[in-house]
Amino acid sequence: MSTAYQIVVCGSIVPDPLQTLEPVAGPTGPALKNEMMLPAVLDPWAGHALFEAAHLAKGAPGSKVWLASLGPKAKLQQVMMTVAQKVPFELVALDGPAGGFTEAADVAAALADAINAIPGLDKKRLLVFGGWESASRGAGATMQIVGERLGIANQFQGVDKLTVATDGSLEILERIEGGKHQVSKCAAPPAVLGWATGNLPEPPNNPQVGMMNMRVVMPALQRAKPAKVAAEGVKFASVTLPKQQRDTKIVKDVPPDEIAKEIAAWIAKD
Amino acid sequence: METILVLAHTETDGLLAKAALEALGAAKTLGGTLIVGLVGENVQSSANSIASCGAAKFLGVTGPDFGQARYATDAAAAEAICKAAGATVVIAPATSRWNRVLAGVAHRLGGRADTHVTAITAANGVVSVNRWYYRQRMEAVLQRTQRPWVIALEAGCCEAWKGSAGSTTVEAVAVSLTDASKQTTVTGIRAPAADQQTIRPDAKLLLVAGAGWTKTQPDGKTHTDDAEKLILGFLRLTQASLGSSKSLVDLSGEGQAVLPFMSHLHQIGQTGATPRHPKGLSTCCHGEEPHTVGWRFVNERRAIDLNPNCGWARGKADVLYVADAFAVMTKLNELLATKK
Repeated sequence: MSTAYQIVVCGSIVPDPLQTLEPVAGPTGPALKNEMMLPAVLDPWAGHALFEAAHLAKGAPGSKVWLASLGPKAKLQQVMMTVAQKVPFELVALDGPAGGFTEAADVAAALADAINAIPGLDKKRLLVFGGWESASRGAGATMQIVGERLGIANQFQGVDKLTVATDGSLEILERIEGGKHQVSKCAAPPAVLGWATGNLPEPPNNPQVGMMNMRVVMPALQRAKPAKVAAEGVKFASVTLPKQQRDTKIVKDVPPDEIAKEIAAWIAKD
Repeated sequence: METILVLAHTETDGLLAKAALEALGAAKTLGGTLIVGLVGENVQSSANSIASCGAAKFLGVTGPDFGQARYATDAAAAEAICKAAGATVVIAPATSRWNRVLAGVAHRLGGRADTHVTAITAANGVVSVNRWYYRQRMEAVLQRTQRPWVIALEAGCCEAWKGSAGSTTVEAVAVSLTDASKQTTVTGIRAPAADQQTIRPDAKLLLVAGAGWTKTQPDGKTHTDDAEKLILGFLRLTQASLGSSKSLVDLSGEGQAVLPFMSHLHQIGQTGATPRHPKGLSTCCHGEEPHTVGWRFVNERRAIDLNPNCGWARGKADVLYVADAFAVMTKLNELLATKK
């Protein structure tokens, strides 16, 4: 049995992980220094979710992938120039802050409204994908609240694998403690899947896919609605960088067996 | 005065995990009225094990439907207990089971959730939590006005509650489930064979392997077979847990036959885990600050690397051995085997 899925991937942008990040006090709460100047990338786990969505859609004829993304329009446009070359999708853009110090509940409300507004949405075929956590807030909360707002009770977090069985049911592997996976069988969509790393490598750039995507990305960015996202009710007493610089003892020109003895003694010490 | 609910679930053996006792220990430091809520197939043994904790009451949602970690049933159980307790602050261990549902539960209750919390304190009746942002790169201390406030406390951050077991009465909280709640069935746990499991969260030592193990060695060849024997041999001898740098697991994901026992589950750092172990030994790791955050919560750290300026080590480790990891690990394994 083949189902044509409607897959909505929720994913925003984060500062390039190699950038130096420094917190500053902004007018509405903490922010990053030069936040708008920092190069941005698609959130890594959301990226995995997008690639898994495209892979699933490719194997299920008639399926379609949307990318619902909340961020400053200019930054979204910059990131989409790269992401759009990876896999086919239709962008649903929301204009608002993408920083880590905003409320997951606000982001989820905006995303759920945007998903509900997608024309022709059929919840019996709906799969809502996203990263299980972002690389900014890192709370692992947004996807659950999106699911709650959409009335979806089948939810999975830390997903590494999704397999569609011949009867249309979904077998899902979620990360649990100790390097293990919990295996679940979900009878049918709708479902929310917060992806961990998944199994797929990042697809190579495909200029043809990029051109096709960009035809709808630009209009989507132009009509992006402003989203009210803040952190009401939260008082940040402090936001600081860790100062723990260790005084590293450098051991050089020592034979391996001497080093081995020292390490063995260190391991044995309680 | 807050009404504090410690929300825990039982493990497969019917008892509470250490992380649940840590959540209880943290809750006890806050003052206020303490209530314990338990979810599981049967919670009486768990309740008895913490009977002397000083809770005003014990609430429980029990039955076969609550024995498995499933969103719909766990969220319904947690919601019912929170409502029955009338809690203003809910403290739960950040297990994979609770992490799956707590934000959704907070939404149902009209409250807010904060996850991956590493400390909870109370001063002058105001509760504050510490949590990290941007993948462990900055730490915030925050307070909230919204209630109920659901807090998922990371394992290994607080002292576990210790006390004597006893006998207590658990008030049953009724939860009515619909067929829709049971659309998902947990069919099992997939794990490597016991002798091949290299992720051990409770291990005293974390060995971090980097991409250097797969690089060309002074003889002009790669020695991944030797690397595999050395790493697995060390893990077998020490029962250490294995972590990996991102670059090494990325190589595996790209289909290169490098170290076949490595997966993304081993990755620590930016998009990986942040394990908490008393000691950590990194080998052949290269990288700068963003990639070293994964072992920020490892207390004592040593590194073996040929590069004295390696970002994993300089300023991050207590001791850096500038040496060939193949040679050192060979000698180390010999030594450890002798001591066995």
